[in-house]
Amino acid sequence: MVSTNEYVPHAAGYVDNKGPKIVTSRFPHEDSHTLVRALATGGYDGLKDAIRRTPADVAGEVKNAVLLGRGGAGFPAGIKWGFMPPVWPRYLVVNGDESEPGTYKDRLLMERDPHQLIEGCVIACYALGLNQCFLYVRGEMAVAQERIAQALNDAYAAGYVGKNILGTDVSIDVVLHWGAGAYIVGEETALIESLEGNRGMPRLKPPFFPAAKGLYMKPTIVNNVETLANLPWLMVNGADKFKTYGSEKSPGTRMLAISGHVNRPGVYEVEQGVVTFRDLFYGEQYCQGIKDGNELKAFVPGGGSAPWFFEDQLDVPIEASEVGPQGSMLGSGAIMVMDETTDIVKACLRLVRFYARESCGKCTPCREGTAWEEKVLQRILDGHGRPEDLDLLLEIGQSISPGVYPVAGFKGEDLDPVPFPPKQTTICPLGPSSVAPITSAVRRFRSEFEALIPETVVLENLS
Amino acid sequence: MSTTESTEAVTGVPFFLNGQALSANDGELLIDACERNGVHIPRFCYHERLTPVGMCRMCLVEVDTGRGAALQPSCMLPVTPEMKVNTETEATKRAQSGILELFLINHPLDCPVCDKGGECPLQDNAYAFGPGETRFVEEKRHYEKPIPISDLVNLDRERCILCDRCTRFSKEVAGDPLIHFIDRGNETQVNTFPDHPFSSYFSGNTVQICPVGALTATPYRFKARPWDLTATESTATVDSTGARIALQSSRDEMVRVLGVDSEAVNWGWLSDKERFSYEAANSDARLTEPLAKAGSSFDSIRWNNAIGQTAKALSIGSDRVGVLGGARLSVEAQYVWSKLLQGSGISNVDANIGDGIAADLVLGLPKTTIAEAVAPGSIIVLMAPDPKEELPTLFLRLRHAAVESGVTIVEITPTATSLTTHASLSIHPAPGSLGAVTEAMANQLFGTSVGGVDGSDLEAVAATIAKGSTDGSNVTVIVGRSNLAESADFVSDAVQSLLRLAPEAKFLPALRRGNLMGALEMGLTPEFGPGGNPSDEPGLDTEAILRAAVNGKIDTLLLLGADPIADFPDRNLVTSAFNEVNTVVAVDTFLTDSSARADLVLPAAGFGEVDGSFLNLEGRLSPLQAKVTAKGQARDDWMIAAEIAESLGMDLGFTTLDEVRSDLSASIPSFGAVDWDALGRSDDGPLLDQGRTWSVDFGSRTEVPAVDGYGLALAVDRKLWDQGTMIHNSATLAELPEQAQLSVSAIDFEKLGVRDGEVVTIESGSIRADVGVVADTGLPRGTARIHFRLPGLDIGELIDCEQSVTTIRVAR
Repeated sequence: MVSTNEYVPHAAGYVDNKGPKIVTSRFPHEDSHTLVRALATGGYDGLKDAIRRTPADVAGEVKNAVLLGRGGAGFPAGIKWGFMPPVWPRYLVVNGDESEPGTYKDRLLMERDPHQLIEGCVIACYALGLNQCFLYVRGEMAVAQERIAQALNDAYAAGYVGKNILGTDVSIDVVLHWGAGAYIVGEETALIESLEGNRGMPRLKPPFFPAAKGLYMKPTIVNNVETLANLPWLMVNGADKFKTYGSEKSPGTRMLAISGHVNRPGVYEVEQGVVTFRDLFYGEQYCQGIKDGNELKAFVPGGGSAPWFFEDQLDVPIEASEVGPQGSMLGSGAIMVMDETTDIVKACLRLVRFYARESCGKCTPCREGTAWEEKVLQRILDGHGRPEDLDLLLEIGQSISPGVYPVAGFKGEDLDPVPFPPKQTTICPLGPSSVAPITSAVRRFRSEFEALIPETVVLENLS
Repeated sequence: MSTTESTEAVTGVPFFLNGQALSANDGELLIDACERNGVHIPRFCYHERLTPVGMCRMCLVEVDTGRGAALQPSCMLPVTPEMKVNTETEATKRAQSGILELFLINHPLDCPVCDKGGECPLQDNAYAFGPGETRFVEEKRHYEKPIPISDLVNLDRERCILCDRCTRFSKEVAGDPLIHFIDRGNETQVNTFPDHPFSSYFSGNTVQICPVGALTATPYRFKARPWDLTATESTATVDSTGARIALQSSRDEMVRVLGVDSEAVNWGWLSDKERFSYEAANSDARLTEPLAKAGSSFDSIRWNNAIGQTAKALSIGSDRVGVLGGARLSVEAQYVWSKLLQGSGISNVDANIGDGIAADLVLGLPKTTIAEAVAPGSIIVLMAPDPKEELPTLFLRLRHAAVESGVTIVEITPTATSLTTHASLSIHPAPGSLGAVTEAMANQLFGTSVGGVDGSDLEAVAATIAKGSTDGSNVTVIVGRSNLAESADFVSDAVQSLLRLAPEAKFLPALRRGNLMGALEMGLTPEFGPGGNPSDEPGLDTEAILRAAVNGKIDTLLLLGADPIADFPDRNLVTSAFNEVNTVVAVDTFLTDSSARADLVLPAAGFGEVDGSFLNLEGRLSPLQAKVTAKGQARDDWMIAAEIAESLGMDLGFTTLDEVRSDLSASIPSFGAVDWDALGRSDDGPLLDQGRTWSVDFGSRTEVPAVDGYGLALAVDRKLWDQGTMIHNSATLAELPEQAQLSVSAIDFEKLGVRDGEVVTIESGSIRADVGVVADTGLPRGTARIHFRLPGLDIGELIDCEQSVTTIRVAR
């Protein structure tokens, strides 16, 4: 197959689609993780630009660029930074605990270009007027941890991090912290608990909004890896150029991780709001169609926690502000594609099991409810389902996420979408996430569940 | 504390509860504001004395702060102005019912055999707010049924609803983070760390605050059904903190003690000793009838015979009688005994068994309360034994003060204590140098080291203590006898010096024995009469009585619940005294080391069997209430005294407790205003006015002994779990005391050249003993520590109280 773009062998999973590159520009280089390559390709130029300007000016540039958070919630980074009260010490915490099912973009950013991330951290610290940054890397990501460690050593030695950066009076330390392996630590307050040495369990917001009471109860900004990786480019090229990419509401690019039944899964850097899901799945420079020419059955647009989309939503632009009203979220940018061969009940169980196993155990509805959902689904798959089990599954969901759960619409049955986000009886969204696949699957593919439920035989006249 | 003032100062936060306009206190949590206004919100994890975590999700209610109604946990939400709260909506009810259904899916529902059944918040909430039936048809979660996590506590993980109360208590309140969540999701469980049992002195509190039957206490397991229990409020008497308790019995047997939340004293917490030593009261070893020595054993005799013989022994001549003890008695009984002894002219009376501090320090120094001592910003000087070992409930208040309230703690103790990690400064003067160290601070002499303490440390400690004078900080000295192998006179010297350094300082006496404060107030001390009035003709104190006995000057020794053979530091002096006297009369609840050697034993009613009152170390009066019938023929101490008086031809005029109380109120001014009937009802108990005006006569200073460079100065203190009478006779607690061992500093340990735990011979004078030795980083060089009254070593044999400091030599 002749193509204009290709897999990059040393960056397994990354696909270079020859589009605009803001965060993946060094990926095609085999030695993209080294300081030599970084410096040869404009590394730390953004920091040099930033440090010549005032912190307020740098923060203003970020705010002006409408740099949306790339972790999941999609909140503008510049506005988030503005929430910090004038209290010192204050901290920057980098959320490198990427573990949303289907997501593997931050891992690539950490493995392939750690200097870009470190540069982004230092720029953010400078803009926020703080001098202590904690870089929390997920426990399973050994290569990322090693490369960031090496890059940090090199950056310290070269004077880009540490005392008197680039000969100025600015001093910023970046501390690398390696997690112990827990999905929930991707939630910012749980990450802070873990960083403090405690069991990774989320804190209730309010009162524990990190910007007010974060790490060690001090104001803390928690940013995603990809968000910060945008900063060096943004400093060099400016907000105005940044906004020439993507849509008006969502400027710039996003890294999307596509997995499942497509011909060419992988991580793509895509302009936000310009490309639709149909472009992504079927486009020649992207996924090149559904595997084996099969029909699309459903897809998850933003990580395992997102309600499912169907063929009706194929023309929705890939942009948080468009996906939300359609009943799901763009989340962490993980798109999972299921074709017509997919066993929906098994797919549903697989996702629910993940949430049941990864529940931290703090809130009762999540701890007990997710495990119950898993048991019921497993029982249905084992052929011991009862007719009332489908309603029971939805009812358990009501105890975790009361009210009407967000779901995509489909014209065939005249159903309107319920916009994101869901309500919750829990502290964090992990519990409600388990409700997403159940609600989506049971509503759209109820007959597939019912087909597994044996007919009830009532024995009569046993005497 | 000024909390009441500050809440009155604000006008309140207006909010709406189920449509009704109400007012909350500033910063008040929604769950509390609703409760105060008569709306109970169900909860499991929330506890007023613990940091809210909001994890059980039971207290969700619909709250609208202007952005639409949403379910919020009311235990984490301070009321804000104009907040609209609805606890009755369908959404609230659905959420609460849903949470309960989820709680119950894995809960074993073994309620019929669960100790909590009948008083279980999970049962009550399921009944009131639950769905009524379950839709759960799967297999429930299974764990091994109860696993012992300590000698006192069992954990049933199937019943556990993971509310985080026990784990938060052990970390936040007790400072013993020995239990924690392990695993995650649906397999989350509370457990101990491998090979580290939950051996906290406060473990029983976790059983009390557990909202289900997951944590059960070994002494209470399967003892009673909650609906068969009757309860009365009383006071824990095992130490002088005076923690308030609820005493519960079934079939005329005490089966459980629960902590009662007294804002002034114990905040609802108890030490395991306070909680479980009731077991001793039920012991078969209790004395049930009067006994008279017949050869090497006892014969039981009739009460009138025992009273008559006691009266005869007491009338031998007033200066030939010595009376020891009285701290076990209620205030009323102490008063009657005091009247009897006064009437008989007997002044050789001492409730201090030579292991405390001088009575005039307790009665004459300006006093303070626990609440004042721990007020934010205060300074506490700990010149007392480790409070965790001797006054554990007070320790919790002190720890909280240091950790949460920014109270500065300064330690002047012979060794490190449980508060050392929370103290801003700790100095450990060598035994014998306490007075010299404090004097150097008072004289601002910081040029050289004194008693092994560097001049710079002395300066820092002195500057902190002097803050009371310089910036008006509240300075409290907790004063007690931290070394039984060192003369108590050094404590008096040190107090004298501290008063020069901080004239405004106030004091809390760290008294070990339960109602010692009451005994001293009632005049069971040689130098003072009832009400703390100095005697014109002081009698002999315990040590002097024992010496007089050795010299043949005492014929009758009367023990009022005292066990001097076990408790007096100098074992040889007390046994010699017992050998010399003609008659020993013991009024006691058990045959102790001492009462077993008595000629006459009078069985007294004990804890939980008598009505009366208790005076704690602050001078706070609280009730002692009878819950069960006294064992056998045992009688109230005051009745025994009254009968002896009658037998001696003295009519004290007491036939009821009320008569004792009205006489007491009439004759002791500080008790004049006590409303005895309200005692059991008032929350904290009245603080008796003890505004005395005399100053303490410190006498001449004690000479600092020369240091024996070849030996180690002995520091002897106590552990909570020792071989004390109550512990020894409690079936569960009796197993807890550790073996005695010798602790030395790391340097001295290296010099000895021994292995960890190796048995060495220690020698003092002509006495030798063998004991295992370990290194302890909490000890200064040159000091050796041995705990008193532990199995394996009678350290009292090596203490000579004629020496102001005991020095030992150690040999392999």
